[in-house]
Amino acid sequence: MRYLPLSGDDRRDMLAKIGVASVDELFRDVPSAAREARFDLPLHAGEMEVERIMGRLSRQSIPAGEKPFFCGAGAYRHHVPASVDHLIQRSEFLTSYTPYQPEIAQGTLQVLFEFQTQVALLTGMEVANASLYDGSTATAEGVLMAGRVTKRDRVLLSGSLHPHYAETVRTVAELGGTVVTAAVKPGQVEDLASLIDDKTSCVVVQNPDVFGFVRDLRPIAEAAHAKGALLIAVVTEAVSFGLIEAPGAMGADIVAAEGQSLGNGLNFGGPYVGLFATREKFLRQMPGRLAGETLDADGRRGFVLTLSTREQHIRREKATSNICTNSGLCALAFTIHTSLLGEIGLTRLARINHMRATQLAERLTRIPGVELVTPSFFNEFTLKLPRPAVEITHELAAKGIIAGVRASRLYLHEKSVANHLIVAATETNTDEDIAAYGAALQEVL
Amino acid sequence: MLNNQGRPTTPGAASVSSAPPTLSGDRGLNHEEPLLFEVGRAEVTGVDLPDVTLKADRLGGLARKRPIGLVGLSEPETMRHYVRLSQRNASIDAMFYPLGSCTMKHNARLNEKMARLPGFSDAHPLAPQSTVQGALAVLSQTATWLKTLTGMPAVALSPKAGAHGELCGILAIRAAIRARGENRTRILVPESAHGTNPATAALCGFTVEDVRANAEGRVDVEALKAKLGPDVAGVMLTNPNTCGLFERDIIEIADAVHAAGGYFYCDGANFNAIVGRVRPGDLGIDAMHINLHKTFSTPHGGGGPGAGPVVFSERLAKFAPLPLLVQDAKGFRLIEDEEEAKALGYSPFGRMCAFHGQMGMFVRALTYMYSHGRDGLRQVADDAVLNANYILASLKDVMSAPFEGPCMHEALFDDAFLKDSGVTTLDIAKALIDEGYHPMTVYFPLVVHGAMLIEPTETESKETLDRFIAVMRGLARDAKAGDIERFQSAPRLAPRRRLDETAAARKPVLRWRAPDNAAEAAE
Repeated sequence: MRYLPLSGDDRRDMLAKIGVASVDELFRDVPSAAREARFDLPLHAGEMEVERIMGRLSRQSIPAGEKPFFCGAGAYRHHVPASVDHLIQRSEFLTSYTPYQPEIAQGTLQVLFEFQTQVALLTGMEVANASLYDGSTATAEGVLMAGRVTKRDRVLLSGSLHPHYAETVRTVAELGGTVVTAAVKPGQVEDLASLIDDKTSCVVVQNPDVFGFVRDLRPIAEAAHAKGALLIAVVTEAVSFGLIEAPGAMGADIVAAEGQSLGNGLNFGGPYVGLFATREKFLRQMPGRLAGETLDADGRRGFVLTLSTREQHIRREKATSNICTNSGLCALAFTIHTSLLGEIGLTRLARINHMRATQLAERLTRIPGVELVTPSFFNEFTLKLPRPAVEITHELAAKGIIAGVRASRLYLHEKSVANHLIVAATETNTDEDIAAYGAALQEVL
Repeated sequence: MLNNQGRPTTPGAASVSSAPPTLSGDRGLNHEEPLLFEVGRAEVTGVDLPDVTLKADRLGGLARKRPIGLVGLSEPETMRHYVRLSQRNASIDAMFYPLGSCTMKHNARLNEKMARLPGFSDAHPLAPQSTVQGALAVLSQTATWLKTLTGMPAVALSPKAGAHGELCGILAIRAAIRARGENRTRILVPESAHGTNPATAALCGFTVEDVRANAEGRVDVEALKAKLGPDVAGVMLTNPNTCGLFERDIIEIADAVHAAGGYFYCDGANFNAIVGRVRPGDLGIDAMHINLHKTFSTPHGGGGPGAGPVVFSERLAKFAPLPLLVQDAKGFRLIEDEEEAKALGYSPFGRMCAFHGQMGMFVRALTYMYSHGRDGLRQVADDAVLNANYILASLKDVMSAPFEGPCMHEALFDDAFLKDSGVTTLDIAKALIDEGYHPMTVYFPLVVHGAMLIEPTETESKETLDRFIAVMRGLARDAKAGDIERFQSAPRLAPRRRLDETAAARKPVLRWRAPDNAAEAAE
């Protein structure tokens, strides 16, 4: 087997040194009832054979890049520069682990410090951690953190928070508290303020929300703060930071975001990278790894993992969270892509995204019966169609147009959004894509 | 594995390095690299994008008013910056990396190549399911391999890492107990467990109770039995355990837990020792997470992304979280609706995360499993255990092994051999850095003093092990001979010498600030 260097002679010599006759003797502590398992699995295979198997599976999917493609709702198709994928495959980044020995992990640690700085700047917050698993779990961690900060256990979720995120929050927040979800009102400013009470630890609002609606967080921040609750702002499209007012500037106390759009491909939903930022005063309640600056024995600047007394390996059952790793390589991709873009590039990219979405919305709403539900939007908006969206997406897929994510895929029992279609456009969509979508939708309606 | 308890966190008495300075500050191939924010400029971008003007935006008056404060680099500058940073990292490709409990094995590049096939990497998680059948087939096949290898009937693929898998497993146990109309409040966790175990149980609202280890480094079965009762929800046990030993009474433990009405969670972090040989399902385990980044070689990536699928016994299978994957005449289909799942007889406890899990990691792990096959995987376990026992046998006369062998995939030593030498476990680790090795895990597990946990994995050659053994024997000899200065001042040859962790924690600097702002923030 190509990955196993020991030869038969090596094994024999090593067994002799150990003083046993066979490897089986090394497994003598395994109960005899479990010692001779049989597995109905194939035998080993060479590279070419494995490539054939995996290639066959890959061809059973239609890559997003092969068709006019308009799905978003938490995962976005953007162009990732070639240098990003090259750099993250550097052996020293790809095949290292959590920087436990900082003297020989300065590369990873400095990258994390740069990442934390970029995330703090983008979100308009004071401090950011070294990443969490993804946007949805970052949101859940934010909710748990708000509980620790406020010592309250009632959570209020916007009805326009991505339903997968809402379910992820409920899974952990309902263990020790209650979760209230506001009614779903696509494209409308919800009245969340009246649902906040003095037991509410936090209000969770997504911006742009799952329907693509761009909302002003300031009124809800004020309402939350007036009742002693925190505002958690959720962002699933990181490119929007380039054009929309930062959540920190609108009064958010915690920002939980999905960083996939920068540096990371669609990958059918993972791995992605959770961004997590907050105010300095809440630092000691923040979950996840943190890289910090310090000096070495020669007085040179260096970086270490720090504030680990919050973490499970020290605090065990008293830790701020049970998280052990972050999403290192995806955070690296995020940081490299953001470094390549810079202030100018990210702003341009965001403008192009907004322009594409605006062009698409204008084209589609010219079709009779198609209504734009989201009055303001960034690169994603929601249409109300004259028929159930599930039928129309199906008919459009048959015409080679992947038209977007029907709201009923996410809101499984919400009849009021059965005709709603969430449509995203990015820099990867061309004039031809938009024209083809317009023509096809016109045909099926 | 990292643990701070009992280990120094300041550089201590290390003397200033004596090598002469250079004019540039760089040293040959060893370059100093400033922070991105010190070399990047606000007006530079490394991506060619048109500068479009928006005639009228649709942002509802919420356009950003102030600059973000980012800096950019051209593409060549980006390459140099990050290549130089990469060169300041240890990696499994470049060196022996025997970090116990982390399974730092070779990461085959075929896995990377397959993960980039467009049918997987360019598939959207919410695309119409008829268009992503290949991606769903990867989920299905990954599930089949993992179920077969563990002898368990069900698997939840969505947990994003080992600790997330633990959470998934304990939530399933909680759901099962509630479904029986019971309220059990305690979870038993051996003191040798990973810190994530008690943290997870506490997160789920359980009271965590330690179970002590016996003199052989295994769970004290009688102590565990004495703690079982009608309020115990379950036991979280790592097997092979964190001392690198197989829990030989595991079936007796499982039976006792089951007889008391509890569930048996196994931390599968150390599955590499038994993959292809022993099925956890045959040991009475009800739930176990599998770290795909350990046993199935998906890259550790400087600390993630991981993947932590959880296999379930028949008793817990129906409580697995959404989404579920089913296959019918039209192909594969995800069930994302709790009511639909219930109609099929499932009782999912909820959802672990958005979408369907770490797909990119499933492709890599599946590629790895196809490459090895059932014969190769068994050889993986055999060689991993052989390599660890070879290290144990070759070092136990000069170091101190607290427990009798044979060990499984990792060899544990304590610091008894350093007694009165003035040299600590940490010093040994730092001296190894100067010798060109990534140190072993130190100060974990907590059940022995000054622990050194060495996990060679199966992808190291005998020659590599022999060189490492020679170095370790030399270090043990020199430490006992009283060459304290050399140990305490190590590392001297790494990009940085010992770093002041105490200062870092006392006054945290967690981001770069522009010099003006930095002065402001310090006030």
